[in-house]
Amino acid sequence: MDTIFLIGGSAGSLKVLLEVLPELSANLTFPIIIILHRKGYVDSQLVNLLNAKTSLNVIEPDDKEPLSPGNIYLAPPDYHLLLEQDKTISLDFSEKFNFSRPSIDITFSSAVKIFKENTFALILSGANADGVEGLKAVKANNGTTLAQNPITAEVNYMPLQAITQSKIDFVLNPSEIAAFINKLNVS
Amino acid sequence: MIEPDLIRDEELEKLLIEIAELYGYDFTQYSKASIKRRVNRICVIDKFTSFAELRYQLIKQPSYLQRFIEEITVNVTEMFRDPSFYKALRDDVFPQLGTYPIIRIWLAGCSTGEEVYSLAIIAKETNLIQKTLFYATDINPSVLEKARDGIFPLSQMKLYSENYINSGGLKNFSDYYTANYDFARFNDDLKQKMIFSTHNLVSDRSFNEFQLIICRNVLIYFDKDLQAKVFKLFDDSLEHLGFLGLGSKETLRFSQLDKHYHQISTEKIWRKQKEDKRLIKSNHF
Repeated sequence: MDTIFLIGGSAGSLKVLLEVLPELSANLTFPIIIILHRKGYVDSQLVNLLNAKTSLNVIEPDDKEPLSPGNIYLAPPDYHLLLEQDKTISLDFSEKFNFSRPSIDITFSSAVKIFKENTFALILSGANADGVEGLKAVKANNGTTLAQNPITAEVNYMPLQAITQSKIDFVLNPSEIAAFINKLNVS
Repeated sequence: MIEPDLIRDEELEKLLIEIAELYGYDFTQYSKASIKRRVNRICVIDKFTSFAELRYQLIKQPSYLQRFIEEITVNVTEMFRDPSFYKALRDDVFPQLGTYPIIRIWLAGCSTGEEVYSLAIIAKETNLIQKTLFYATDINPSVLEKARDGIFPLSQMKLYSENYINSGGLKNFSDYYTANYDFARFNDDLKQKMIFSTHNLVSDRSFNEFQLIICRNVLIYFDKDLQAKVFKLFDDSLEHLGFLGLGSKETLRFSQLDKHYHQISTEKIWRKQKEDKRLIKSNHF
């Protein structure tokens, strides 16, 4: 398990995830981490909602949870999600970053330290610039950066910031995302 | 600024060892990803242009250590945080505690005290406060001062009041404090049974036996080995059938203790099993 696929999103990105998840291959050989900005209360529903859309296991991880291939980890509300060298998850309740906790920047830049050039980071729809610094860190470590095509985004600010402020390798329509992820599978 | 690589892993490691040797505060087993962020943050806030500058300050200026500890340890807390956790304490744990002649509760990592006042309010509403002792400890002496005062920003009271109601609170939350300018001063009758003391979970030992230990969002900053050590400390400090409450994303699942503890609800509350059950269990597995 050398690869990690990171997805960061804010307003308008749930819709995209609901389209992507059902199309994902049932036996992915790497984990996916999703960092969504969300308001505190509807949490447990969100993990259930995503689980219902895929045969992969969607987990809201506890601290020290080890990453496993084929699992989708949803950052818990109100914690930053970091990765350790031994590929376990560390949660952190420190200050908000970009007015956000979880912050996409923090997870992206933490993950790329561990997974280096095998890091894939995708920014979806949103009204916040969170993610830009993280994408820069991914790029600086020769990882791969992706953004949702802003034309298809419900709120285009976040993918536009990503595209204009950092170097993006692939701009994808929602319908192309699952196929891109499935192709990364190693047989 | 996001973690500019001001700090290299080996340098950080070396500095943490130096601090442990010089001052006896051991951060070497803190979770790496997180402590690196904290140290980076202190470099930014205190305007150090290089890691060497921070190191110089720490080694040459012992007075700076306190500041360093304050910034390295995360002191974000609120009253009745995660109301469902407090509801489970109120409905499932405190009624059980009521059967003891004296109730001893240890709040480890109490920070500025918001949680211990929350516990005292529940003890009061379940008519147990008179026979309860609250031991509130933290590594950081300056937060204990604040905890002792029981004075919190008035601006937080709306949130705390909502949390209190969602946790099954029975009264008017504002009955518990007196508003004074921008602050809310919590009533003295809540404070009477509180004992505040510094305690370092990394290096200090068990100091009593408790029926309830609460330690929330502290262990997430420790690596697995240190977590295991602290779980052992809690186990040694907990009576049989005592309760252990953790943060909403902390778990005994990855720990040796798991087989001797039973999670009592969907909340992060475990109950220590009786010795004989533990023997039976260990024979089976």
